[in-house]
Amino acid sequence: MWSWVGHRITGVVIFVFLLVHVLDTSLVRVSPEAYTAVIGAYKNPIMGLGEAALVAAIVFHAFNGLRIILIDFWKKGPKYQRHMLWSVLILWVVVMVPFLIRHLSIVFGGH
Amino acid sequence: MSNDTIAAPRSAHTPQYKRHKTGRASFEMMAWLFMRLSGVVLVVLIFGHLFVNLMLGQGIHAIDFGFVAGKWSSPFWQVWDLLMLWLAMLHGTNGVRTIINDYAERNGTRMTLKTVLYIAAAVIIVLGTLVIFTFDPCPAGAVTDLPSFCPVP
Repeated sequence: MWSWVGHRITGVVIFVFLLVHVLDTSLVRVSPEAYTAVIGAYKNPIMGLGEAALVAAIVFHAFNGLRIILIDFWKKGPKYQRHMLWSVLILWVVVMVPFLIRHLSIVFGGH
Repeated sequence: MSNDTIAAPRSAHTPQYKRHKTGRASFEMMAWLFMRLSGVVLVVLIFGHLFVNLMLGQGIHAIDFGFVAGKWSSPFWQVWDLLMLWLAMLHGTNGVRTIINDYAERNGTRMTLKTVLYIAAAVIIVLGTLVIFTFDPCPAGAVTDLPSFCPVP
């Protein structure tokens, strides 16, 4: 139930970002200055935290999505759905810890 | 116990049972399948995208016009990004369509929201595709943030 709610909420968040992200990337067709100026906004620390949250949402949606596929197509999927939810959460931590260390040190480190 | 065989109920006078052969149900079945197939591909495409753009080199600090120009000078990343754009947009649009169908109970509300969704999705897919294919890494008159392979003005 909660994984289903989480899947929907992260899905909508990712979709809204995707719309914005295609628009900001499209600025490369306007001018290098326009693109670099807008992408500069993604580099400040507050946006850096937003990116961390976005990646957290993407990684959960990805692993839980693979879990849904296994529940639907693997014979023993429904039986192990709860174990697989724990695996999703563990994998999420395993991926997020190195990502956060790297990304936040880039965002908050002086360059 | 007798060995009499009993005919399947109503087998003689009802049309053969068909599931998901035509129409709406078939579309929903294809949409369901598409979510799973595109989902697997998107995990690879997006994890690769995030790793290359946020983890390698200077991470997000390295991203500027020259970074994008450098990537799209290679057909590999053009195809990667094009595939990611189409699959992610169709996957996301179908996901939001499902959510609208679930929660918008009035017919008018549902139709309006879905119309807005489809228009937005079409605009973004067409725009993104055009940007990938019409991109000029060395635009005339530009001076800053150009990739190193552009001729010096």
